[in-house]
Amino acid sequence: MKREIISLQDVTFTYATDDSNVRPALNNVSYTIYESQWVAIVGHNGSGKSTLARLMNGLLFPQTGTVRVFGETLNEQNLWETRSQMGMVFQNPDNQFVGATVQDDVAFALENNGIPFEEMVERVEASLAKVNMSEFMNSEPHHLSGGQKQRVAIAGAIALKPKILLLDEATSMLDPQGREEVLATVRQLKEETDLTVISITHDLEEALLADRVIMMNQGEKYVEGTPEEIFQKGQELVDLGLDLPFAMNISRLLRAQGIPLVADHMSEEELVNDLWTSHFNK
Amino acid sequence: MDITLQQVSYAYAKNTPFEKRALFDVDLHIASGSYQAIIGHTGSGKSTILQHLNALLKPTDGSINIGDVEVKADKKNKQLREVRQKVGIVFQFPEHQLFDETVLKDIMFGPMNFGVPEVEAKRRAIELTQLLGLPEEVLEKSPFDLSGGQMRRVAIAGVLAMNPKVLVLDEPTAGLDPRGRKEIMDLFYTLHKEKGLTTVLVTHSMEDAARYADQIAIMHNGKCVLEGTPQEIFAHEERLTEFRLELPQSVRFQKKIEQMIGKKLPTICLTEESLAEELAQLIKKEREE
Repeated sequence: MKREIISLQDVTFTYATDDSNVRPALNNVSYTIYESQWVAIVGHNGSGKSTLARLMNGLLFPQTGTVRVFGETLNEQNLWETRSQMGMVFQNPDNQFVGATVQDDVAFALENNGIPFEEMVERVEASLAKVNMSEFMNSEPHHLSGGQKQRVAIAGAIALKPKILLLDEATSMLDPQGREEVLATVRQLKEETDLTVISITHDLEEALLADRVIMMNQGEKYVEGTPEEIFQKGQELVDLGLDLPFAMNISRLLRAQGIPLVADHMSEEELVNDLWTSHFNK
Repeated sequence: MDITLQQVSYAYAKNTPFEKRALFDVDLHIASGSYQAIIGHTGSGKSTILQHLNALLKPTDGSINIGDVEVKADKKNKQLREVRQKVGIVFQFPEHQLFDETVLKDIMFGPMNFGVPEVEAKRRAIELTQLLGLPEEVLEKSPFDLSGGQMRRVAIAGVLAMNPKVLVLDEPTAGLDPRGRKEIMDLFYTLHKEKGLTTVLVTHSMEDAARYADQIAIMHNGKCVLEGTPQEIFAHEERLTEFRLELPQSVRFQKKIEQMIGKKLPTICLTEESLAEELAQLIKKEREE
């Protein structure tokens, strides 16, 4: 059995407000994330995704239920130790730069953690190499594209050698190319290390890359499973405010036009192959 | 309202050591009632153009005609107030501009500032909250107690409340979930048609440009490098690659299929729906043969 990394049990959280009939942001949510998995947490705006992120890194504590990280219940005492094992990358690439150059920025957290100079230099170089940003070491952050900035943010996070990388809508402000760069970087990191990746997103194409998907709806866990299992739900996902992968949309539209297909295909390759064998190769 | 840019150049911090040219001799004509998309990468100059469209920036060289007002570097303009009333800009993350105590007051602020009577401003605010699919009770709430998606809608209502003739949209759906994105884009399109607006959409979504625009302009390194209808623009994959842009997903998939079957579809499929339709027709034809 794989080692448990983060586990939520019956977590309920309500933001403080004067309004007494406000609905909880999270209601009775439970899930477990295991070591070196890539888990995508998806859901529409307001489904509770960001609240989950804040609970997992101890910015918030649940009113009922528990949040366990590395097997221990998160509390004010072990919070800092736990957080040092968790790298975070946020939505807006412009809000997370502190250094004057790319390498200063990556070194910032290392310096804060009292890492000796020689090791710091090594780690900065290694982290930037991992996200393919070595050549920009001395660049100023504002000269970088959005995708490059997010990759530097990832380098800063992994320089601390965390066990967990938490991406909170880290690609939602990027252009398609930037998004692709960031996702390729994460995929590569996953292959080379045993990092556990948690990505919070409403981009289902991004969710397709994950090992497991947890889907949130109105503060509750709606369903959990592999991307294949989740996307089998088809119309249900659309009704919940999400979008299906492109190939599935085309499959569904073709069927509606009376063109039979073997399945609603998740990938373009499968769809192309099916079209070829069932309809064109005659 | 026509907007015409003639040989527009713009330099930030002109005549200082930090001078940085952002636009070079841009010519662009946006016809009244058309839906114009402006596409380009970060740093291509598309946001700088946008700020010229209601004279927030004045060109350092060249001129812009917005309706019958001409904006030039050395010209003092008294009519800029009028321009700004007629050209509404929805900036990126417009919810950052919310400020008032209640949603109602926030939406009414713009029109009242331009002399619209209170009763009328209130009527518009109520109508717009309905149009944007917000529940009526939000009107008396603080905009800061709303969800992100609702705040975005309130901010958009604030721009629409000015009854603009031209609507300029800067990545209006960034950060929204897919349903919210579609609802808002469809709403802008409906308004565009029903009110006869001139709409300018600044985006990096090829899919949105393909689906909604009549005309597309591509910006690259401060220059307008390509212009045409979506059909024309997306017929030139090589040129797009040169500007580090991609085809919309439906056109990319169309190319894959065409390569596989060794045949071309009769038109460039700009949306998923049109791609499915053309494909289905082709398959049915093959069946009969």
